[in-house]
Amino acid sequence: MKPEELEVKAAAELARQKAMDVRLVCCSSTGCQSSGSADVLSALRSELKARQIDARVHVGGAGCMGLCSKGPLVRMSAEGMKDILFNEMNPELATALIDTVVAPRLAGAAESQLSADLERHTLDQESPFFAMQERVVLSNNGFVDPEKLDEYLAHGGYQGLRKAIAMGAEEICTEVLNSGLRGRGGAGFPTGLKWDLTRRVAGETKYVVCNGDEGDPGAFMDRSVLEGDPHSIIEGMLIAARAMNATNGVFYIRAEYPLAVERVEKALRQARAAGLVGKNVLDSGWGFDFEIRLGAGAFVCGEETALIASVEGNRGTPRPRPPFPAVKGLWDQPTCVNNVETLANVPRILLRGAEWFASRGTEKSKGTKVFALTGKIRNNGLVEVPMGLTIRQIVETIGGGTGTERKVKAVQTGGPSGGMIPERQFDTPISYEHLQELGSMMGSGGLIVIDDHDSVVELARFYLDFCVDESCGKCAPCRIGGKQMLHLLDRIVAGEGTAEDVAKIRKIALAMQKASLCALGQTAPNPVLSALRHFETEFSERLQPVHS
Amino acid sequence: MSATSEVQAPAKSTSPKASPAAKDEIIALAQKWKKKRGTLIMALHDLQGRLGYVPRESAMKLGREMDVPLARIYEVVTFYNYFKLEAPGKYIISVCTGTACHIKGSAEMLAGLEKELAIHEGESTPDREYHLQAVRCLGCCGLAPVVSVNGRVYGKLNTSGSHYVIERIREEKPMLDHAEQAAE
Amino acid sequence: MADTISAKINGLTVEVSLGTTILEAARKVHVKIPTLCKHPDLEATAACGICIVKIRNSGKMLRACCTPIEDGMDILSETPEIVEVRRGVLELTLSRHPNECLNCLRNHNCELQTLAADFGLTGNGLDNVVPDLPIDSSTRSIVLDPRKCVLCGRCIQVCQQHQDVWALSFLNRGFETRIAAAGDIPLADSPCVRCGQCSAHCPTGAIVEYDESVKVWEKLQDPEVFCAVQIAPAVRVAIGEAFDFPVGTNLTGKIYATLRRMGFKAVFDTNFGADLTIIEEATEFKERLVEGKGELPLITSCCPAWVEFMEKFHGDMIRHFSSCKSPHAMVGVLAKTYYAQKMGIDPAKICMVSIMPCTAKKSEIIRSKDMRSSGYQDVDVSLTTREFARMIKQSGIDFVTVPDEPPDHLLGAYTGAGTIFGTTGGVMEAALRTAHYYITGKDAPRVDFTITRGLTGVKEGEITIDGRTIRIAVAHGLANVEQVLEKVRAARVCGQETPYHFIEVMACPGGCVGGGGQPYGATNELRARRAAGLYADDQSGLWRCSHHNPYIRQLYTEFLGEPAGHKAEELLHTTYQVLPEYRR
Repeated sequence: MKPEELEVKAAAELARQKAMDVRLVCCSSTGCQSSGSADVLSALRSELKARQIDARVHVGGAGCMGLCSKGPLVRMSAEGMKDILFNEMNPELATALIDTVVAPRLAGAAESQLSADLERHTLDQESPFFAMQERVVLSNNGFVDPEKLDEYLAHGGYQGLRKAIAMGAEEICTEVLNSGLRGRGGAGFPTGLKWDLTRRVAGETKYVVCNGDEGDPGAFMDRSVLEGDPHSIIEGMLIAARAMNATNGVFYIRAEYPLAVERVEKALRQARAAGLVGKNVLDSGWGFDFEIRLGAGAFVCGEETALIASVEGNRGTPRPRPPFPAVKGLWDQPTCVNNVETLANVPRILLRGAEWFASRGTEKSKGTKVFALTGKIRNNGLVEVPMGLTIRQIVETIGGGTGTERKVKAVQTGGPSGGMIPERQFDTPISYEHLQELGSMMGSGGLIVIDDHDSVVELARFYLDFCVDESCGKCAPCRIGGKQMLHLLDRIVAGEGTAEDVAKIRKIALAMQKASLCALGQTAPNPVLSALRHFETEFSERLQPVHS
Repeated sequence: MSATSEVQAPAKSTSPKASPAAKDEIIALAQKWKKKRGTLIMALHDLQGRLGYVPRESAMKLGREMDVPLARIYEVVTFYNYFKLEAPGKYIISVCTGTACHIKGSAEMLAGLEKELAIHEGESTPDREYHLQAVRCLGCCGLAPVVSVNGRVYGKLNTSGSHYVIERIREEKPMLDHAEQAAE
Repeated sequence: MADTISAKINGLTVEVSLGTTILEAARKVHVKIPTLCKHPDLEATAACGICIVKIRNSGKMLRACCTPIEDGMDILSETPEIVEVRRGVLELTLSRHPNECLNCLRNHNCELQTLAADFGLTGNGLDNVVPDLPIDSSTRSIVLDPRKCVLCGRCIQVCQQHQDVWALSFLNRGFETRIAAAGDIPLADSPCVRCGQCSAHCPTGAIVEYDESVKVWEKLQDPEVFCAVQIAPAVRVAIGEAFDFPVGTNLTGKIYATLRRMGFKAVFDTNFGADLTIIEEATEFKERLVEGKGELPLITSCCPAWVEFMEKFHGDMIRHFSSCKSPHAMVGVLAKTYYAQKMGIDPAKICMVSIMPCTAKKSEIIRSKDMRSSGYQDVDVSLTTREFARMIKQSGIDFVTVPDEPPDHLLGAYTGAGTIFGTTGGVMEAALRTAHYYITGKDAPRVDFTITRGLTGVKEGEITIDGRTIRIAVAHGLANVEQVLEKVRAARVCGQETPYHFIEVMACPGGCVGGGGQPYGATNELRARRAAGLYADDQSGLWRCSHHNPYIRQLYTEFLGEPAGHKAEELLHTTYQVLPEYRR
């Protein structure tokens, strides 16, 4: 495909969409699928067909809209009206929607009142849950059918790539560096810098690897993007590749995400057929192609050297850095590993400019961040907010609090590598630095709310158990330290622990933090340490007195 | 807790066959993956997708065809939760133990299922109908607690409703049996 | 970029070449950073977490074993915090290790125990979390005790990368990770060839030799039993390490004396068997080369781990294998035939013990019915150098001061050719000396064929005997074999002339001096010094060619008849068979 054809295709798609009187999209991601979105879609289709108006109404899938707990979600849009978002749809309601809203509208009826039944199933898009979000990474979710390239193109898809191809590699790195984008996988390393480091290393074959092995329990941001907007990640990878003169890409995706794998495979086929991927990307003479590799259930493969080992078909054990993957990565070649959300930001930065991106967020944490808001929270789901919003705004205003009479006690961010943040600290703004100061971390974006009935000691135990289970076992501090710490914590949970046990936990934590080979072991003590820091009395209440 | 994972790898079937793969099936599979380096894990996904697990005999054949020592195959198979060395039951019930599900009572759900099926986590029923396992986050946190059966996700469950889950499986067996076609 | 960099370690300036690790650089300025998993032979795995150091003003700790030192780095290796972390890691490691030091073969010779002693650990209040894992002694050569394993990965690296055997692997992950035979079966059913390199590299008692010293003490006590013993070439230059002799000291005379004092009634030397092997093998080589009887190349067969490796992985090479038994098997069968007859001893009462640098010899003695060609099991017990060292210490004999004694000459006198069997290239060199004589009828003007010497993984070369060019290859470390055999196969497929006429293979790095049953701590430097001890023995000997050994001539005259003759064939030769890699 020649670059100019991008516009032609996008325009054609826009025209096709415009020709439709009504557009009905139903979330086709895993959450809504398991709530029955397929049945809703077929009810919509068959009723339209029965009424012989199917040619005038677009019915299709769309990426996750965030409120998985209220699925299946259906968005209705038409010229001259505000979109309506229906939740918890079922085939009966879908039929009613056609009968009482869509069909009359097509017949030329004036704006009709929704039936009481349907009214009960609409979501207020002015509510803070929607209004306070700022969707960049998720901007296509809920609008674009993830299985259709043309729809992606109609939303400015691959324009970022087009721009990147016209730029020099160094220029792209600078642009991304200036945007302030930092790795969304957890550590927050400046993406532009990482690219530039890889760019500077000479290598025959350079690799760009997408880390889609989302393993943080309680987080599903990457899943939503992989399933809901796969082309944005492909485009992000292409731009990354262009920025460091790479020729090979690897998509590493959790095998537990079959729909994500399917969507990415499909998107790659489409992109290849359209000449966006392959020997001659956008007619530029530059070639880049992808392989898909599946994870197989190992959280540690989120660590980049472990991920590389896994892509090479081995046990996913980390190796010491240096050498960093930028110098010696996949098959010993210069390699850049980026997380899904990071890559999905890239086309938008290229398209709208570094300044646009950098105008959001805090001084050192730019742009937006997607969070999976779960646990004891009313509005369970995926939200994307600008950095710098306070935890309270996210939990109480967007999330709506616990939704029960219980009080929010704390949130855990950063998953098993992060820590607990007590309610009294909720006015802290969300940024890499602020979360770290509180003894937690940004992590990949899990935000789990616990209420005053939940025990932080037990939650800390839960996370530690996770890390013990997911430790690769290679280095002694992590392998044995985690096990021993868990053993001590078990005693405390059972009410058999003593203050000495707490002291031992701290000692083991030091060995793990300092001597573990990779971040998994180095950060595994964090949930326990942060719980000890913010909720020490919850521990001491459970301790036995020491007999001398 | 051994968390073995469940939702199916792409383009594979879910219901395990009774017998190990025919030799030429493995040869074909090995030939396919051998073309690219580092594809052992992909080949194992492919093999387990066909058989439901990685039988030792098949692993040996695969190793011979791909020129990978059995030691390496076992190193890999036993490292990743996803792979199984033993044949699981026909309906693989995976209880998500991600944080969101944990907070919403997945432990009680798991205990209920253990009682209901009279097996422990990680085991199959003697009639090989059901296999029960705890798995890491399925990424359906919004629907917590969730259980997946042969890749089909059941969400927003009542934690005391393990009986309900079994009932649903019994009702939906025909659909679950065809989950493989749906996944294609 | 400059090739030399300058950095500081504990304030001391060090200049090293680019790519030098912090650990190596530290050594240059006499800073000894403690390690556990690192072995000088092997690539660092960064597993143990003991060698951590830090850069001044940085909170992060680095592993000295595998982090290249960078220009201008200011490394601190011994701050109180570092010591505390090391101690913490060590305490954790010990909490997953059985407290069985007093009942462990590695007692007093264990890298973990030494570290624990250095750090003065006295218990840390952590519960012991050693999993209950079964001990695998199925091979009867080496014993795997995964409870004692610290997961340093040395054995696996050696088995997979250096030996290309792939009998050992990690299984499972996290705390459940353990070493196991490939496919989680008994080691005896795995591709294991019993080379024992795993045991020689293990820092703890997780992999040790299958100890049979008690059995030997029992035989020595039994008045009905006539105990005979033989020592392998490489034992004499390594045993001293257990008694603080300089590495490579040749202690042959002390060994003979000690064995007699222990109660062995006959003290033989495997070097005699080596000379005999040369007579048979050089004859075989001449027959193949000159008379066209059998295919070339001829491949040596005196290393039992190599024999098993060939039988399991390179079955197509059987026809190239020398049919000669190994030297110790030859001494074994002759002890129970020739010696027994000559001395009037009932062979049924002889207990033949061999002291070898090798764990595979323990399996070789029962490998086939050919190992019973005397009518009895030719060698009854095979001990490693390590077991022998312990026996000496138990015996109360002051090994350091005991005066030298000679061997029993009948199966004990040897030439320099026999003694260099203990190092890589030695068999080849010894064979060439005698082959020269057999082909030309006269001795080579110079018997040193130095192209066979040294520690290069594969040594290739040509020599000319009587106008004939003989192409040779010497490989040691089983991973080096493949490339040699591939050349042979490639020529065979293309119908070309063989790339080699004669190939020597030893399974262990450095040959038997680096054997799996030798004292711990072997490195290339150490192997070279052991080998030097053997070459010195060769140089200083009365005879340097096997065919000059008068006792060998006497043996043929009195008993065997002709080399490769009927009787020799019956007693000194064997056959090979293709073995499955896995017995299940």
